[in-house]
Amino acid sequence: MTRAQVIRRVVKPVVWVVGLGIPVRLLWGALHGTLGSEPVRAIQEWTGKGALVGLLLTLAVTPLRRLTGWNELIRLRRLLGTFAFFLATLHLLTYLVFDQSLSLAMIRKDIMEHPWVTAGFAAWVLMVPLALTSTAGMVRRLGGKRWQRLHLLVYLAAAGGVFHFLWLVKKDATTPERFGLVLVALLLMRLPAWAVRARA
Amino acid sequence: MLIRRGGDIPASQITPESVYLNRRAFVAAAGGVALGALLPPRLRALAGPDDLKPTPYETITTYNNYYEFGTSKESPAKLAGRLKTSPWTVEVAGAAKRTGRYSYEDLVRPFTMQVRIYRHRCVEGWSMVVPWMGFSLGDLIRRLEPTSKAKFVQFTTLDDPAQMPGQRSDILPWPYVEGLRLDEAMHPLTILATGLYGKPLPNQNGAPLRLVVPWKYGFKGGKAIVRITFMETQPMTTWNMAVPSEYGFYANVNPEVDHPRWSQARERPVGEFFKRDTLMFNGYADQVASLYTGMNLRTNY
Repeated sequence: MTRAQVIRRVVKPVVWVVGLGIPVRLLWGALHGTLGSEPVRAIQEWTGKGALVGLLLTLAVTPLRRLTGWNELIRLRRLLGTFAFFLATLHLLTYLVFDQSLSLAMIRKDIMEHPWVTAGFAAWVLMVPLALTSTAGMVRRLGGKRWQRLHLLVYLAAAGGVFHFLWLVKKDATTPERFGLVLVALLLMRLPAWAVRARA
Repeated sequence: MLIRRGGDIPASQITPESVYLNRRAFVAAAGGVALGALLPPRLRALAGPDDLKPTPYETITTYNNYYEFGTSKESPAKLAGRLKTSPWTVEVAGAAKRTGRYSYEDLVRPFTMQVRIYRHRCVEGWSMVVPWMGFSLGDLIRRLEPTSKAKFVQFTTLDDPAQMPGQRSDILPWPYVEGLRLDEAMHPLTILATGLYGKPLPNQNGAPLRLVVPWKYGFKGGKAIVRITFMETQPMTTWNMAVPSEYGFYANVNPEVDHPRWSQARERPVGEFFKRDTLMFNGYADQVASLYTGMNLRTNY
């Protein structure tokens, strides 16, 4: 198999199975009572961490491409980003339904008053234009350069997700700190390329 | 064993011992609660009050905050088994006449164990209903004869990294200490728990002796108590030392005073899907609000 074939026939199907498998498993678990003592917490943790992992993988595509020379990896980027948005949307929906019982007044108050909610909600909002422009047609219509520039928002979204996680934990911040470290590392890997482009 | 009703809880809402000892029937009842919780709040209200139905034994004993055994909810149930709770001694110190070291048996012997079905609200936003077994802390304090200097009571819990692996991390200053004003400690709702669901207290729930103050956030309930100290000044408390801006000495359940980072207006009963409104003083306002007359509950959080 060529690299392109590996990506199309192996890696992409794996992304689909994992991305759809998480919500299917959670739904099955919720209906069968296998999600532990706090099913909503399990759903929110899996969709939340899943979305963050998806965002970080999206951001890892280009550095990985540079390191390995596998240019075909770029074909994974939009798929990974779309699944990150999909899981983030499920995460938000469980918050709106189970935490806030769809009360607009409570939701507004929570977003305005609590930075961890503000950060999480902002991260999702930032991902909306990215998801809407994720089709091949939209890439063409926007043109590569403008599309690229718009999609730099993904860094802000990922940072919003990390702060959302960091600000919600009571004391043990180990896991959100790890996510933050990966994000910072991915950002640092991009700096040289950006510096070159800025000088040009 | 004397089964006494916990304050204003109507007898009709107390689960008879025969029901909660019969796990099969209990699991069926819990299933009913879970289904009810899936309904939208408006319909759920029609299904009748499901308040004060005890949380399943399995949940109470596998979902614990007990950082001495790790910071995850699941780790205390896995790691606390090795804690040796017998023999156990409790030291009574400070401003009291009957200070000294008491064996657990001597300390507990004078009291008739009571069942108290209490709401339990964690500062993190989840809640349970726990059928504790224990005795009134006030009764114990009266026997220990505090002097007129005693204004506060401090509870010191076990510091033993060999048995408590979580204490090898400095996530909190050890040992875990908690405290109450003397009148809070003497309040009839305040108990020292020695069991739950009619069984000895499991280690992960604070065996052999833990504090239960139902109108305060759960972290006030120190577990595995080894020392009770009567003090003239307000004692240090662990979470207040760790994050003073977020956790105060009082830690009364109050839906109107948010945690600096999250809302305290609502809570999720563990195992249910939807949140419900948190009650002032966790539903015990009738009995305890007078302790705080004239006090600013926003600054004394």
